[in-house]
Amino acid sequence: MLAEFPWLTLVIWLPIIGGIAVIVSGDKAAELTKWVALTVSVLTFFASLPLWLNFDASNPAMQFVQRSDWIPTLDIEYYLGVDGISMPLILLTTFITIFVVIAGWDVITYKPSHYMGAFLIMEGIMVGVFSALDAILFYFFWEAMLIPMFIIIGVWGGPNRVYATIKFFLYTFFGSVFMLVALIYMYFQADSFSILDFHTLQIGMGAQILIFIAFLLAFAVKVPMFPVHTWLPDAHVEAPTGGSVILAAIMLKIGGYGFLRFSLPITPDASAYLDGLIIALSLIAVVYIGLVALVQKDMKKLIAYSSIAHMGFVTLGFFIVFTIVRQTGSDDGAVMGISGGMVQMISHGFISGALFLCVGVLYDRMHSREIADYGGVIHTMPWFGAFVVFFAMANAGLPGTSGFVGEFMVILATFRADFWYAFLAATTLILAAAFTLWMVKRVIFGEVGNDRVAKLRDLNPREFLNLGVLAAVVLAVGIWPKPLVDVMEPTIENLVEQIQVSKLPVPNAPVAGIQP
Amino acid sequence: MENVYLTIVLAPLIGAIVAGFFGGVIGRAGAHWAASTGVGISAFLSLWVVGAFIWGGAPTFNETVYTWMVSDGIRFEIGFLVDRLTALMMGVVTFVSFAVHIYTIGYMADDEHNWPEGSRAGRNSYQRFFSYISLFTFSMLMLVMSNNFLQLFFGWEAVGLVSYLLIGFWSVRESAVFANLKAFLVNRVGDFGFILGIAAIGMYFNSMDYAEVFARAPEFAETQVALFGGVSLMTLICILLFIGAMGKSAQVPLHVWLPDSMEGPTPISALIHAATMVTAGIFMVARMSPLYELSTTALSFVLLIGAITAFFMGLIGLVQNDIKRVVAYSTLSQLGYMIAALGASAYAAGIFHLMTHAFFKALLFLAAGSVIMAMHHDQDIRNMGGLRRYMPITWMTALIGSLALIAFPGFSGFFSKDAIIEAVGDSHAFGAGFAWLLLTLGAFVTALYSFRMYYLVFHGKPRMDEHTRSHLHETRWVVTLPLIALAIPSVFIGWMTVEPLLVNNWLGDAIYVKPEHDSLRHLAEHWHGQKAFILHGMSAPPFWLAMGGLLLATYIWWFLHRSRPTIDEELQAKSGPVGRILADKYGFDDFNQRVFAGGGRAIGQLFWGTGDRTLIDGGMVNGSARLVGYLAGVIRQMQTGFLYHYAIAMIIGLVVLLTLFVAL
Repeated sequence: MLAEFPWLTLVIWLPIIGGIAVIVSGDKAAELTKWVALTVSVLTFFASLPLWLNFDASNPAMQFVQRSDWIPTLDIEYYLGVDGISMPLILLTTFITIFVVIAGWDVITYKPSHYMGAFLIMEGIMVGVFSALDAILFYFFWEAMLIPMFIIIGVWGGPNRVYATIKFFLYTFFGSVFMLVALIYMYFQADSFSILDFHTLQIGMGAQILIFIAFLLAFAVKVPMFPVHTWLPDAHVEAPTGGSVILAAIMLKIGGYGFLRFSLPITPDASAYLDGLIIALSLIAVVYIGLVALVQKDMKKLIAYSSIAHMGFVTLGFFIVFTIVRQTGSDDGAVMGISGGMVQMISHGFISGALFLCVGVLYDRMHSREIADYGGVIHTMPWFGAFVVFFAMANAGLPGTSGFVGEFMVILATFRADFWYAFLAATTLILAAAFTLWMVKRVIFGEVGNDRVAKLRDLNPREFLNLGVLAAVVLAVGIWPKPLVDVMEPTIENLVEQIQVSKLPVPNAPVAGIQP
Repeated sequence: MENVYLTIVLAPLIGAIVAGFFGGVIGRAGAHWAASTGVGISAFLSLWVVGAFIWGGAPTFNETVYTWMVSDGIRFEIGFLVDRLTALMMGVVTFVSFAVHIYTIGYMADDEHNWPEGSRAGRNSYQRFFSYISLFTFSMLMLVMSNNFLQLFFGWEAVGLVSYLLIGFWSVRESAVFANLKAFLVNRVGDFGFILGIAAIGMYFNSMDYAEVFARAPEFAETQVALFGGVSLMTLICILLFIGAMGKSAQVPLHVWLPDSMEGPTPISALIHAATMVTAGIFMVARMSPLYELSTTALSFVLLIGAITAFFMGLIGLVQNDIKRVVAYSTLSQLGYMIAALGASAYAAGIFHLMTHAFFKALLFLAAGSVIMAMHHDQDIRNMGGLRRYMPITWMTALIGSLALIAFPGFSGFFSKDAIIEAVGDSHAFGAGFAWLLLTLGAFVTALYSFRMYYLVFHGKPRMDEHTRSHLHETRWVVTLPLIALAIPSVFIGWMTVEPLLVNNWLGDAIYVKPEHDSLRHLAEHWHGQKAFILHGMSAPPFWLAMGGLLLATYIWWFLHRSRPTIDEELQAKSGPVGRILADKYGFDDFNQRVFAGGGRAIGQLFWGTGDRTLIDGGMVNGSARLVGYLAGVIRQMQTGFLYHYAIAMIIGLVVLLTLFVAL
């Protein structure tokens, strides 16, 4: 019975309807609306739990499937389902949203109901992106996601928010129109908008490359990958704390998810052909962006660049599979690479979310994100300092935290492909520690920087709860990642098998380019 | 047995959690009781385990506690391997840790003075310190008790974390938070190699488990890897892993963090930066002996790095004036001896020196801490002098520690260091002759700097100001008791354990040595008891050099110093370019600061300014926005609003189209 219930529909529409209700109710009873918003986010999280508890991890196929007509004249369906790749991301979404609602509690004074409502709507849309199995439904959610984020940055953002929102919007919109063209092209090939039907399409090499590039433009902007990453630091700097958290913790993951859902299974031959490009861009993200992060003076920019560097590990892990097969003649390690990328996405959701919350805590008190405005915060905010050091260590990939797991898996997988790839990837051990801990040194440690720092008060119970729960999760995944990895691996094993079979219109050929 | 081992590991962790999270509730006494009890239980059980291995013939324990993760068919597990090597390490770690816990009760008693007025971080600093040192004990035990590479890396990084927290413990001091960042980053450079080594093992063995990897290692003895123009797989793995050891055990050129780590409170200098954490690299290489034995190249590399560290870091110790830094450089030098022993395949001798050194170096650090307390936290030995009259226990125990350090016959350090030098002398590894020379000369240097410090601190006329002098007194029993507790093994442990460890191969299967590499065989075959070993040692160059150093130190800093109290400054002033090079610490710090720290920032600035802002944002992003604007402007010109413009355009278009149709 439980598996039959339309859980996905509930998890998508509960927050959207709840969000609209919150917005409509307005700010007259602001306190009450906040509680309603919190209740909706908590209920949504509980509604998403059955997706995990009733999930059959041994089954790589889609589960909790719902399928009905939407626009029958165009063969567009309301088609939802999750597998081991999307389910953890949905739980991440519903989990993180709770903290965003709590974090905005009394910080947002301008139209708080609209703020909370926007995040709830956003939540539903993002769950929709992760669960849509119809290409147009996916595209609908994908573009719809921009609207609440555009509003959140544009209304509650910082002084330069107009530039940031337009940059953000155009950048991401630019990428996604090409994806739409690719989706429509495939519709004509498959006579269906079902993404799973796309997975079985035979496509010639030339078309595959074009489709791959169209997807790449859409996903690379979202991830973001070098060199289309410069919207992210600007968007983060201008976004309110909650916006940054959602942006870093979830929206970036949609790009990574797209690679696994579309690029790899639909165009494996093109992926194998162009994997060198992705690997190069990923390694640039790790090294180049790591060095750029080092010299940032604004805490949010620093964490934004750190996000880009960490997302480099995700794309590296996803696309290392072909080089492994080429170099070793076996796919040992390929599953670990993709799993590592997935774990890195989940973990980065917690850690970067927490780090942005930490910056928010300081910003709410001092209205500055400049590193130079701080110093010796530990003397006035010892609990906060402890959390920052903890999350900084997690960001630097310390074992025992979730930040280590994904990096470790990706480095292990990459080593099989090429020593020098692994060498460059492993520089993150030094670079991530350098830029994160140097910031910690300047902000948290040392003598009390100025009188305003001297007057800071430590975390209030709500902030403490937020950071405490996230810290517990980061620690739990670091100490025992098995449950998370177990959920994903069968789906990923299936994917790895799938992408080694060529989609070129020649029956049963191995993927071009990985033939030894 | 599993429950015993779990208790040994978890008791300090529980102590750390109680002291750390509930420090405000249970107060200072509650925190030091919680932490010390945890470590005390752990120490008691560890010594019991050591006893079980010595007398009870306990079997090797190798079991999984839980499965951390299964990915791609590889099981990543948390589990314990307790054999004789591990048991010995557990005994050393928990014993020293327990002594340091007791000592800390005295040393940190008035820690509030080290914090600025009103600092909320300073309020529970005493409790926090206990939490950290207990957490360290937990991490170190996880490291030595691991049965796989994953958990090894866990412990490896966890001790690094606690070291970071403790070096920067007095976080208000700029020098302390500089030092802890430096320590963490330099260690990360080592870990960078280490994780690549682990990845190589993962790739070829598809397992993280020690037993499985060691059993299958010989299969890969001849495997070549197409890197650097062809290198043997084992050489690659061993050198990568050793880079990790160079970070953790502070070997040249990754040694630069250890002297700076003296910014931390003295108890942790004794525990972490002398007795235990920095020896993790030695333990690791000994544990990996089945791998290292398969690569003579890696062994020679290890040998030479160790010997270079032993001699050249000792030299710097001669020109240091901070009491803790003298001991720190002597630690670097002694770690070099241990590493050199490993390179000569004398793993047992390396571990033996690790153990004796843990006792006498922890003792020396704690004695230095006792002196520092008496001196009101003045650490400059030029301001000391004559302390033996005021602090008899500290004086005697420091003398014992110094004699052990310089390998005075009969003291524990004598057995272990002599064994190392003999083993390196008997080794046939490439570079063994050179290494032997450096280690032997090192004996002279060790004696010289040790007794320079000893005489300047405890002998001569008191040079401190009158206020400090009038307050000089022996420290409390919680401080002196650990000194005595460590002084006893500093004297006797060598005599007691040299025979089983080096002659009777007590470590047994825990260590693998290829017969042709066995550089300790000569020593074992010619063993006629400790007395004969001492007599034999007294006829060899290291002994004469050590005695020469001792005599020279006595002549300069005891005899000459009485008539010329400025002799030390004069010598340093006259030491010329050599002195300057030593004072600059061979320029490593300047180099790193300029090239790596400065260079990294400069490149980052370049990438950001030129790459991100000018090229990508300025060129691509805003450039395309401008292009769109420009094109729109051009097209706008055409939309004039005048009907006849449009009409003409339509006519021209029509004519062109018609022409085309006709022409085709």
